[in-house]
Amino acid sequence: MTTKRVTNDVLLAVEQVSKSFPLPEGKGEFTVLQNVHLTVPAGEVVALLGRSGSGKSTLLRIMAGLIPPSQGQVISNGKRLQSTNNDVAMVFQSFALLPWLTVQENVELGLDARGVGREERRQQALKAIDIVGLDGFESAYPKELSGGMRQRVGFARAFVLKPLVLFMDEPFSALDVLTAENLRGEIDDLWNAGTFPARSILIVTHNIEEAVFLADRVIILGANPGHVRGEVVVDLPRPHDRNSDRFKSLVDYIYTVMTNPEAEVTGQVAAVAPQSPVLEPQPHESISRSPYANPLPHVRVGGISGLLELIVDQPEGTDDIPRLAERIQLPVDNLLPILDAIVLLGFAEVTQGDVKLTEIGKDFATTTILRSKDLFRQQVMRHVPVLVCIVQTLREKKNGSMRADFFIDLFDEYYPHAEAERQFATAVDWGRYAELFEYDADEERLYLPEPVEVGSGERLSSSS
Amino acid sequence: MLKRTFPSPESLRRLPFGLADIAVILGTLVLIALIARVGAGTLVSFVPPNVVPGISLDPRNLPYYAGRSTLRMFVALFFSTLFTFIYGYIAARSRRAERVLIPLLDILQSVPVLGFLSITVTGFIALFPGSLLGLEAASIFAIFTSQAWNMTFSFYQSLRTVPQELDEAVTLYRLSGWQRFTKLELPSATIGLLWNAIMSFGGGWFFVAASEAISVLNRQYTLPGIGSYVAAAVAAKDLPALGWALLTIAIVILLVNQLFWAPLVAWTDKFRMEQSAAVEAPESWLYDLLKTARIPHLLGQALTPLGEVINHFLSWLTPQRSPHIAETSQQKLGDRLYNFVLLIATGGLLAAGLHFILTTVGLSEVAKAFGLGFLTLLRVVVLLVFSTLVWTPIGVAIGFNPRLAHLLQPVVQFLASFPANFIFPFATLFFIRSHISINWGCILLMALGAQWYILFNSIAGAVSIPTDLREMATSMGLHGWQLWRKLIIPGIFSAWVTGGITASGGAWNASIVSEVVAWGQTTLTATGLGSYIAQATAAGDWPRITLGIGMMSLFVVGLNRVFWRRLYQLAETKYHL
Repeated sequence: MTTKRVTNDVLLAVEQVSKSFPLPEGKGEFTVLQNVHLTVPAGEVVALLGRSGSGKSTLLRIMAGLIPPSQGQVISNGKRLQSTNNDVAMVFQSFALLPWLTVQENVELGLDARGVGREERRQQALKAIDIVGLDGFESAYPKELSGGMRQRVGFARAFVLKPLVLFMDEPFSALDVLTAENLRGEIDDLWNAGTFPARSILIVTHNIEEAVFLADRVIILGANPGHVRGEVVVDLPRPHDRNSDRFKSLVDYIYTVMTNPEAEVTGQVAAVAPQSPVLEPQPHESISRSPYANPLPHVRVGGISGLLELIVDQPEGTDDIPRLAERIQLPVDNLLPILDAIVLLGFAEVTQGDVKLTEIGKDFATTTILRSKDLFRQQVMRHVPVLVCIVQTLREKKNGSMRADFFIDLFDEYYPHAEAERQFATAVDWGRYAELFEYDADEERLYLPEPVEVGSGERLSSSS
Repeated sequence: MLKRTFPSPESLRRLPFGLADIAVILGTLVLIALIARVGAGTLVSFVPPNVVPGISLDPRNLPYYAGRSTLRMFVALFFSTLFTFIYGYIAARSRRAERVLIPLLDILQSVPVLGFLSITVTGFIALFPGSLLGLEAASIFAIFTSQAWNMTFSFYQSLRTVPQELDEAVTLYRLSGWQRFTKLELPSATIGLLWNAIMSFGGGWFFVAASEAISVLNRQYTLPGIGSYVAAAVAAKDLPALGWALLTIAIVILLVNQLFWAPLVAWTDKFRMEQSAAVEAPESWLYDLLKTARIPHLLGQALTPLGEVINHFLSWLTPQRSPHIAETSQQKLGDRLYNFVLLIATGGLLAAGLHFILTTVGLSEVAKAFGLGFLTLLRVVVLLVFSTLVWTPIGVAIGFNPRLAHLLQPVVQFLASFPANFIFPFATLFFIRSHISINWGCILLMALGAQWYILFNSIAGAVSIPTDLREMATSMGLHGWQLWRKLIIPGIFSAWVTGGITASGGAWNASIVSEVVAWGQTTLTATGLGSYIAQATAAGDWPRITLGIGMMSLFVVGLNRVFWRRLYQLAETKYHL
């Protein structure tokens, strides 16, 4: 129970921050973050955990002063943030090293900008390079280094500034599993040794185990728009032992709330997972809302049936989500949308970190291609109002066809344009698979399918 | 990898002062001496029409003339680079400036540069009375206008596409404006800028030849240089002299490549954005030599403290701009006002131009110019069709054979940068001897320069078709026309479009010099917009010059919008490999 070095000294505070971006053509605003409130106390490792769309990267950039909030304020080291945040340094997902500078010059970058003299700069950089174990690589260029070593340069570049808070934006997600494990362990060791060159760490991640392993406190963000759902205190002695039961139940708990967007995050993690509500296929409390406002999870049909086939092989068609994620080596960010989709389509239910197939789901996973298409169509028409709406629109047209723009415009009302296009692409993918409509990419039009012609073998070659 | 031409860097470094250093010192001295000798010639007195520099056809003078022309090219390159930095930077940085500068650049790129000569020559002569510098500046300006635009575009685009995380890192680490420019923006733009500069420089030779000897406003102006040497040789019907000129220009192009571009390309390889090492790093013996020598290194070290001071000073001058600039309603109002003023200004300029043309030459002249433009357009189309039919199969054959492609690609690039107008006299002679009408012949003249773009883009396109697609085609039994229709044409389409845009732009520009050609006293004139502009320029007929240039720009811009842009989009979306 040693969440050590914790004082009441708050280094960074986010107060009632909201962020929205204007939608194209003056269609109002798209809210990314709503009323976010959080603090980073001294001596703590805080993890921001959220799915894509929860605005976690945006939040980090607001705290770093890279983008201004629309409302609310960020207090850094007691002062209101007006510009880029001097008290933090950031480690980036893509490393963000300048390929034309050597390791040493990259590390010196921030010092140079602060007007530190040449000799002083060199000394400090060498020290930082030493900390991350890159001695002897000072004059190497990033392209000569492996991914793990590049990220070490990224850490050294941040360390050399001795920031109050070190920001990490998914620092290990661009590395392969083993390298990530290694580097993560070393960073953790450095922190535990008490010689860490920053007083706090704020890490953004979508990897649940990583969050529990590194952080003293995991803040869980919800999506659409991004908001703080709650936080989980990791009450384990450092270093956090992955094999302890407590660790496992914390991971299980977070998986459960992450797969269940409606659940309340209390942070009260019992040894055995609590009675969280069964996640029914959402009846979309939004009868009044336009079907276009309910986002589809961006998942290909192939991903859905692939996952179902993996689960159906398990006893009783039930699988533990953390174990499933580990087995198929899929990042949570990719796995959760697929789970969303199979729940939305009524192929499975998610309870307490487990996923359990429904009868229809089992049927879908084991049947022939043609029958699975029928099943898919049936479930789509029951549970996905957007597709029902699109088919309705097409039927109302005399020629049974409609421009893609028309639908993208409808999505545009609720999403930024890029997201609207992705929503449309997903809807098209599902609709095509279900044979609800056809899409001609050249003409950018949707068509109702024509009755199947017999003996049209020669069309095979021209189908796209 | 082992190069035996020079000792290894290690063995040379052991000596305090190696062979390489002697070579570098000698090279530098020779360069300075050459520049001094050639540069002095630009300062001679010039009082038209009495004191005008003459051209001697003695081939022994050719190295000097070539030196003069090369110096012009480099001065123009310097100004193009300077212009690129300033214009491109402002366009990328200021949202409002961007709305004017980028469309303007688009237009400038499409305007036939040669048509400008008349305006600029008179202007520059007035600027430097009694000195040859005026003519010199006019020629340099002509070369500049052929180099600057695409370099600027490339730079602007690089600035706009700096990877987001790098940008954030640089912002978060609080780099000043100057540091951001030197550490992030300039390096990331370097490779694109260099390739465009090489292309532009190749194109520039064409304008050297066209701008050194020009008759403007009924007067013949001549600058000592290789271009005017060719012009004099043509007037004197001196075939051997032409041959010498051809040889000289070929040598000069090769030398510039070896001594200037190759080392630069080798050096800039480190600015590659990809985080992985390049498969095949470009090499240059001169670059290796400079790296081996100690003098440049020592010099660099000695200058570091000074550089440091300058950097600090410039950083102090350019503090970081806060990313926290909220969009206020006042700004929006300002934007609206700004747009309105822009609209009025553009409208006013257009109206003034139209008014000038209509009141001086009348509507019928406009219709005539349009007709002539249509004729030239036909020539450009014929040229594109024929170049495509001839060169694409050859290019594809070369591209499918990796060894041949490796061997021939530099040759084709050399041919593309070879100024076609040096060959015009031979072609003209051929037309006269075999009684070919210049109305058809000038298509060949235009093609002399433009066709190579089609060829080397076809090669590049064919090279980029993945091997497994070709193997698939073989295993499916595709052959002949089927193979072309299903695989090759879609596969090389985007490369062909790139080549086609460049070729058509080049052809329009070339029409001004290729629709009117001379051999001795014989002048062949084709009917077309190019000859219309050339004649108006020679006669100093301002309304017709304005009309001709305007009409040609209209054709080029129209063609780009209606035709090329659509093909480009198709290439980007559907035929993207």
